[in-house]
Amino acid sequence: MKFYFFHLMPYAHLDLSYTEKYETSWVKLPNTYYDREKGHDLYNRYLDELEYADTLGFDGIGCNEHHQTAYGMMPSPIVIASALSRRTKNAKILILGSAIPLRENPLWLAEEHAMIDTITGGRLITGFVRGIGAEYHATGVNPIWSHERFHEAHDLIIRAWTEPGPFRFAGKHYHFDYVNVWPRPYQQPHPPIWIPSQGSQETIEWASHPDRKYTYLQTFSPASAVARFLKMYRDQAETYGYEASGDQLGWAIPVYVAESDEIAKRESRPHIEAFRNKFAKMPFEMLLPPGYLSMGSMKRVAAAKANLSMDMTLEILDEQGMFIVGSPATVRERLAAAQKEIGFNHLLPLLQFGTLPHDLTMKNAKLFAEQVMPQLRPLGEAKAKAAE
Amino acid sequence: MPATKTIIGVRGTKIGLMRAGQGAPMLYLHGAAGASAWLPFMEKLSQQFDLIVPEHPAFGASDTPDWLESVGDLAFFYLDFIKQLGLKDIHLLGSSLGGWTALELAIRSTHDLATITVNCPVGLRIPDVPIGDMFLWNPEQRVRNLVHDQRLADQMLAVRPSEAEAEVLMKNNYALARLAWQPRFHNPDLEKWLHRIDVPTHIVWGREDKLVPVAYAQAFAKLIPNARVTIIPECGHMPHLEKTDAFVRLATAFCRERRP
Repeated sequence: MKFYFFHLMPYAHLDLSYTEKYETSWVKLPNTYYDREKGHDLYNRYLDELEYADTLGFDGIGCNEHHQTAYGMMPSPIVIASALSRRTKNAKILILGSAIPLRENPLWLAEEHAMIDTITGGRLITGFVRGIGAEYHATGVNPIWSHERFHEAHDLIIRAWTEPGPFRFAGKHYHFDYVNVWPRPYQQPHPPIWIPSQGSQETIEWASHPDRKYTYLQTFSPASAVARFLKMYRDQAETYGYEASGDQLGWAIPVYVAESDEIAKRESRPHIEAFRNKFAKMPFEMLLPPGYLSMGSMKRVAAAKANLSMDMTLEILDEQGMFIVGSPATVRERLAAAQKEIGFNHLLPLLQFGTLPHDLTMKNAKLFAEQVMPQLRPLGEAKAKAAE
Repeated sequence: MPATKTIIGVRGTKIGLMRAGQGAPMLYLHGAAGASAWLPFMEKLSQQFDLIVPEHPAFGASDTPDWLESVGDLAFFYLDFIKQLGLKDIHLLGSSLGGWTALELAIRSTHDLATITVNCPVGLRIPDVPIGDMFLWNPEQRVRNLVHDQRLADQMLAVRPSEAEAEVLMKNNYALARLAWQPRFHNPDLEKWLHRIDVPTHIVWGREDKLVPVAYAQAFAKLIPNARVTIIPECGHMPHLEKTDAFVRLATAFCRERRP
């Protein structure tokens, strides 16, 4: 198994009483809630935490992209990945992911990712996403074309990275007379591509296709859903006529380790509950604008929409497997059981979440690296070896 | 008598169509809510006109063709529709999104039009007068913000849509996003060409419209030569539903007055 410290970089100083006046921390929460001095401190603190993960022996460190929200201060993961690229030495740098349909010119993105890959000598892992629904409100991009733009931008970027330029590209949404990116990526044919998703049949069929075999990453979902979707990926691969390896499967989930179960729960409780109930929550119309999902998927999600607005306690999150919390032994046990059942080789613990302060984040990262990682590391690899 | 819905093909796109009544042809272009049912204002208009109510492509029972990407596309589609049905001297009527479509049609050609009546049309953008963000309103907020009389809103909300109706609502919302998400509910080029409209035009607005503030009535009137404006008091974004009698009276009188 491999381990990647994934960070969302929330605006952790958010005045949580904002909920008395506003429904969500996304898109419409006034940015007067943001303090520039605190922002300065937070960016540097979070970069320190990711750099520390590199020294602790994590296989990688990850960032992502969200716009106009206190949930994450990374409208550009490119900036964060760039800042990390010269300050870290060994860890892979994961952009999970860049929201390619939101870009008017995806070639800029191809160039930016190629630059980071080249500067780091091939330490970039690229991720492509559509962005969540709120992003379509924040950017004005029409969600009706979200899938089409994603696929077209993806095809354009892959061709730009792999085909000699210049060449012409004439799509429905993007048109270029000269596709000729400099630099080309350092890794050949291109950096590994991971696809983070909250689970959809369409995405799984696409990511697992033999032309791509992209690593599929299930994010912030109950353990049962993770199991279901990762199995769907394996089954899909089988219908394509190959066996999916654990390296094609990953799970991103908030994790908190402390000296005992009791201490872990006590220390993490307000912060994980803030993460779920203050930072992540948004109204249905914002999360799922028309067109973001196929109408069939939208109907299924709408039927379950009550869960979206429900506040959750640490106990519920723990029970549902949306948060792994406890002593090193407890966390090891739960992760080992999940790995055995689901067979993923990539684990992306979110070791800072919501309002979790710096000292607890550093302690969490250290305990995870020293008392969880070493014991779990052989798990996927043993299976991979046995399969060879 | 309520019209029944038939499906017709126009250049390979199948759409729903309701038609009833006799007399001069009146073509009604519906708004975001679609045209699933034969409504009281339609019944009343059909007693005086040959009322033709198509369901826009991508809405309700109609196909969702790939070529449909803007209200301009929809306007060209209706020019084809008019040609296919052989309609002449049409009284064109449009609500909200349908009003915008009517005006886009008219800047392209008024050849077959006798009059135009638009009812709280979208399509323009006044920089300092924001319109409501319908895409962030939940179903209850939509109803409450679109009608002025909250007792009427209560009645509308008391009726739970059937599964089939809910599906049509969702499809219509997808169609609306396709046409109006960005630029939001307007075409930046429309104002350049509204001067081309050379048939009598009547702009009707609900004074309490919370989606498109009544200030837009004057903005349209400034750009469309000799347009008449009528403001209906105590009325929201859907005068045809909320003030059916007043709306039918206004629309009918305007058509009669201007009959060639």
